[in-house]
Amino acid sequence: MHFPGRGNRSAPVRAVDGVSFDVAAGETLGLVGESGCGKSTTGRMIVRLLEPTSGTIAYEGRDISRLNRRELRPVRKDLQMVFQDPHSSLNPRQTVARVIADPLLAHGSSESAARARAVELMDLVGLIPEHIDRYPHEFSGGQAQRIGIARALALDPKLVVADEPVSALDVSVQAQIVNLMERLQKELGLAYLFIAHDLSVVKRVCDRVAVMYLGRVVEIGAKERVYAAPAHPYTQALLSAVPLPDPAAERARERITLLGDPPSPASPPPGCAFHPRCARAAAICRVEAPILRGVARGEEREVACHFPGAG
Amino acid sequence: MATPEPLLSVRELSVTFPTPRGPVRAVDSLSFDVHRGRTLGIVGESGSGKSVTSMAVLGLHTGAEVTGSITLDGQELVGLPERALNRVRGRRIAMIFQDPLSSLHPYYTVGEQIAEHHRVHFDSRRAQAHRRAVEMLAEVGIPEPARRAGEYPHQFSGGMRQRAMIAMALACEPELLIADEPTTALDVTVQAQILELLARLQQERGLAVVMITHDLGVVARVAHEVLVMYGGRAAEQAPVDDLFATPAHPYTRGLLDSLPRLDDDDDAPLRAIPGSPPSLLDPTPGCAFAPRCPRAASASAEVRLRCSNERPLLGGPSGHPVACHLPAYEGVTS
Repeated sequence: MHFPGRGNRSAPVRAVDGVSFDVAAGETLGLVGESGCGKSTTGRMIVRLLEPTSGTIAYEGRDISRLNRRELRPVRKDLQMVFQDPHSSLNPRQTVARVIADPLLAHGSSESAARARAVELMDLVGLIPEHIDRYPHEFSGGQAQRIGIARALALDPKLVVADEPVSALDVSVQAQIVNLMERLQKELGLAYLFIAHDLSVVKRVCDRVAVMYLGRVVEIGAKERVYAAPAHPYTQALLSAVPLPDPAAERARERITLLGDPPSPASPPPGCAFHPRCARAAAICRVEAPILRGVARGEEREVACHFPGAG
Repeated sequence: MATPEPLLSVRELSVTFPTPRGPVRAVDSLSFDVHRGRTLGIVGESGSGKSVTSMAVLGLHTGAEVTGSITLDGQELVGLPERALNRVRGRRIAMIFQDPLSSLHPYYTVGEQIAEHHRVHFDSRRAQAHRRAVEMLAEVGIPEPARRAGEYPHQFSGGMRQRAMIAMALACEPELLIADEPTTALDVTVQAQILELLARLQQERGLAVVMITHDLGVVARVAHEVLVMYGGRAAEQAPVDDLFATPAHPYTRGLLDSLPRLDDDDDAPLRAIPGSPPSLLDPTPGCAFAPRCPRAASASAEVRLRCSNERPLLGGPSGHPVACHLPAYEGVTS
């Protein structure tokens, strides 16, 4: 994915660079990384809110990355999105009935059928159906996110891209939404692409996880393996930076503190983008970008590092 | 243990805002102490009153009714005239905020802003203040401080801006630093750097720190004592180890139970707290947490009535102070 630079002077920014992954039906892939790593851009490309510069996005075997608006229409039904800030992603002038029914109406449903389905969806996501004629501002953050989820589910999607769905919510409400998303997945057989910076939440909801750094996937694999034995030095640092809600464990912990900030995608370092912050960096890392490779035989995990493995 | 006099002492602090829909009491009868060289973590969600409390300590609530007492090293700050407050604010008590970009002026270089802060409080000369600014930038770990001092905030990354804010806050050698969600807007690897920096500076300078956060992980990492706030009131106060080992308030307990944890291999559904944080516009006469409380829900009708009508006071027969009619202490299961 390239974003064209402004004017003639600035070069285009490669926000996402050669990212490849699969999401199977009914599974959850977590996409984690820090700000600017390209995780949201990736999510938006999947639902075709953005068009990739090159590469393919295959949905049920068919490349959708070059479809025009009309051709996309039937596909859009199956690929839906949930956003971070529930209030700003809901139109304040529309009632909940309208917010949820909108996608149905757009896809040719009648007014009465759409309203009936909206009532059903409100019940499904744990909202009181009698509140259907209220406006978004009358709902708390957690309830508004339920509305956003109900809207995403209106057309019976197969894949929901959830971009930081709980990070704007109060801590005591986050668990409700996590549980709701897990229940819905079970009941409806949904697949999720769960984008988040909170590694604890991702660990809870995902089957597999992909770690991104500066537009590339640096490690991808089964959640258990990535969390228990991270192979990329960035994954290791990321996991070690998360504060644990346990003072004794915090004191006992040995942390890897990275130096410096994530680099800007506008001027990525040569070679491995992580090398300026990496304790393991050697000469090769400064010149050659590592490609994703299998970590161990028989394990479905790949890592992009010249020196993968335990620190 | 003979405890030395606290540096900051807050007693029965209440902050009430007039609003078109009637007065809103954002902080209600709050008391706590902060000692030199120690960190008090104030934990709460939106609307819990944690930020209002910190602004009250700095005397920044114009238009609100602030009652109670806030003393810094024995000096009463509530009701202090603006001129006298100005000698305390920024000088003896400094504050850093969540979003450093909106706290820094975009038109002035970072060095100028730190230097001005120093000149205001110490009446220092331009060159001397500038030297101090560069010195402080070096101390907070900004590489090439002399050059970076001449740059504007937008040329700094998020982590570097927060370092610059810390440099500014500490330029006048304050005794108390209030940090309001200082790492919430930062990436987790940068958060780790900033927390480490704050810990080092605290140790070197014997700073007292109030760390306001919604993140129990951050509290576990940095705090010595913890105050849990809910609906503008103190729910529970305890040394950090006690709080995490034996949380007595059902809200604290619920928060800890509902967190997905990195060191947890249990994949059972999270034990979520039902409902949402309360609205301060129509407070309940009883415990603010009662409508969401599992302990109240399973209690007898008589106790339930008490929870919803009678405000629990901070106290308790044993352990640490907790404001609950049905607290759980060690060995007592709820």
